[in-house]
Amino acid sequence: MAKVLMKGNEALGEAAILAGCRYYFGYPITPQSELPAYLAKRLPQVDGVFVQAESEVSAINMVYGAASAGARVMTSSSSPGISLKQEGISYIAGAELPCLIVNVMRGGPGLGNINPSQSDYWQATRGGGHGDYRTLVMAPNSVQEMADFTLAAFEYADRFRNPVLMLSDGVLGQMMEPVVMPAPKDYDMDSKKWSLGYTGKDKTARNLCTSIFMGQEELEEHNWSLYQKYQVITDFFKANKDLAVEEYLCDDAEVVLVGYGIISRILKTVVEKCRKRGIKAGLVRPKVLWPFPSDVFAKLADKASKFLVVEMSYGQMVEDVKLAVEGKKPVYFFGRTGGAVPSDFEILNEVDKIVRPD
Amino acid sequence: MKQVFGKTNVLSANPTHYCPGCDHGVVHRLIAESLEELEVADRSIGVAPVGCSVFAYDYFNIDFNQAAHGRAPAVATGIKRTRPDSIVFTYQGDGDLAAIGTAEIIHAANRGENITVVFINNGIYGMTGGQMAPTTLVGMKTQTSPYGRDAATMGSPIRVSEIIATLESPAYVTRVTVNNIANQIKTKKAIKNAFTLQKEKKGFSFVEIVCICPTNWGKKPTDAHKWLTENMLPVFPLGTFKDIHGIEKA
Repeated sequence: MAKVLMKGNEALGEAAILAGCRYYFGYPITPQSELPAYLAKRLPQVDGVFVQAESEVSAINMVYGAASAGARVMTSSSSPGISLKQEGISYIAGAELPCLIVNVMRGGPGLGNINPSQSDYWQATRGGGHGDYRTLVMAPNSVQEMADFTLAAFEYADRFRNPVLMLSDGVLGQMMEPVVMPAPKDYDMDSKKWSLGYTGKDKTARNLCTSIFMGQEELEEHNWSLYQKYQVITDFFKANKDLAVEEYLCDDAEVVLVGYGIISRILKTVVEKCRKRGIKAGLVRPKVLWPFPSDVFAKLADKASKFLVVEMSYGQMVEDVKLAVEGKKPVYFFGRTGGAVPSDFEILNEVDKIVRPD
Repeated sequence: MKQVFGKTNVLSANPTHYCPGCDHGVVHRLIAESLEELEVADRSIGVAPVGCSVFAYDYFNIDFNQAAHGRAPAVATGIKRTRPDSIVFTYQGDGDLAAIGTAEIIHAANRGENITVVFINNGIYGMTGGQMAPTTLVGMKTQTSPYGRDAATMGSPIRVSEIIATLESPAYVTRVTVNNIANQIKTKKAIKNAFTLQKEKKGFSFVEIVCICPTNWGKKPTDAHKWLTENMLPVFPLGTFKDIHGIEKA
């Protein structure tokens, strides 16, 4: 396919259609509005369903309903709206249903502002809603990846029967880049024999979708089975490291820069500038934030001398890096918050500070 | 001996967890019989609420989803849009539908979702132990209105059917009760009307059923039905508020 120039939000929308998603439920919020606008236009053209819900709460519950009926289904929002969706995400995780939830992050807390941010990392990777559960979290860093990761996200969601969260931000959603659309996937709703409304001849009992397990033993058993599944997901990404993490010039790196999403693009520039100045810098860029690629950091901790984590927050992912490095090497942090995007110059200054501490 | 009454196969064999004298069992049966008689049970999907009927799915032999508190109409929207040939209904109490789920019910109705909503109005929260509901009568004592509902600070009972009926889209909005056999027959007719409209893809149908809660009202079932007749029905008058296809006359 030819390259086309698209906004990140729109590329994600088109990729969802190519993935076989025909159901979108959402509520307007900046800076993700291009995505529902795109799908409101495109879905009717492919016999799909677009519903503007009365709230984010309703939208995620429509997703819950559609996912239980076997749909490839998605919703999208931005930070305050994602907070509202947490109840539904917890139900979807508890009932083990596949779906895609897109968060085009903006500045918080509260109403915050509409500028790009990465301050929902904790909410995304720690569950967000109530109860013992995990969502698979993906972090694209380009318009191309907004598209590619969307196809992968629907596959993972179905494969693991688990909600997948796409953690994007206001820059990735709004910026335009050339993108080659991935090849379309076939999707058959009736491949989900567990889905409500499935009427195949092989159906022997009614289908039930629930997250309530009243007996203590019953819920404990259910939660351990969820835990086992989360281990399977973790092992999958450990075995397929390239899907989970990108390493750049790390082999001989003394200082390892760490960042995800749009920050990783800036960090690549910083690494190159460092190298020109004789500083052996490298970059680790997690593409999947949960499960966190801890073993990559554990290995690098034996080789590199310092880590610098850079985020558009006052430090959230840095905690996961510290846990993975296990105190073997110092882990430094630099962040901008409130919607500010750090420049390569600012970050270079930080590298200088930790490399030449005089 | 000639059999004159039988249990529909759409109801499961599970004993219910409902209190003795509770109306849920009656309404469950009327729904199950209606689905069977309309020959749609094999493609019906129920959405259970949060409240006493949270386990409604245990008592029906059909596909079921268990929704979060108040969200059943949104969940039903997602299911129906995905499986438009299914018969989709929610079963919700007054705390679920008239308090926390107000937005969901109003907007599902306003979109004209081709679903059926069965609304159990007994003026109290049952599952959580008898708290004040939006439909609690003025002066009624509950766990959270121990001195009686004070209209000046707690508001007055919300009449949901009348509100829904002001919207353009809904096809059928009716209020019935199951306080005696004659009214149970009328309730069955209303439920069947609602499912018939859905089967014919004629839009949103809403059946409010005024019910008792003997346990939390602190009354014997017979006394509770008498109390319902004397106190609930003047506030929640029976009748059909909207019937745009004239199903009741058909």
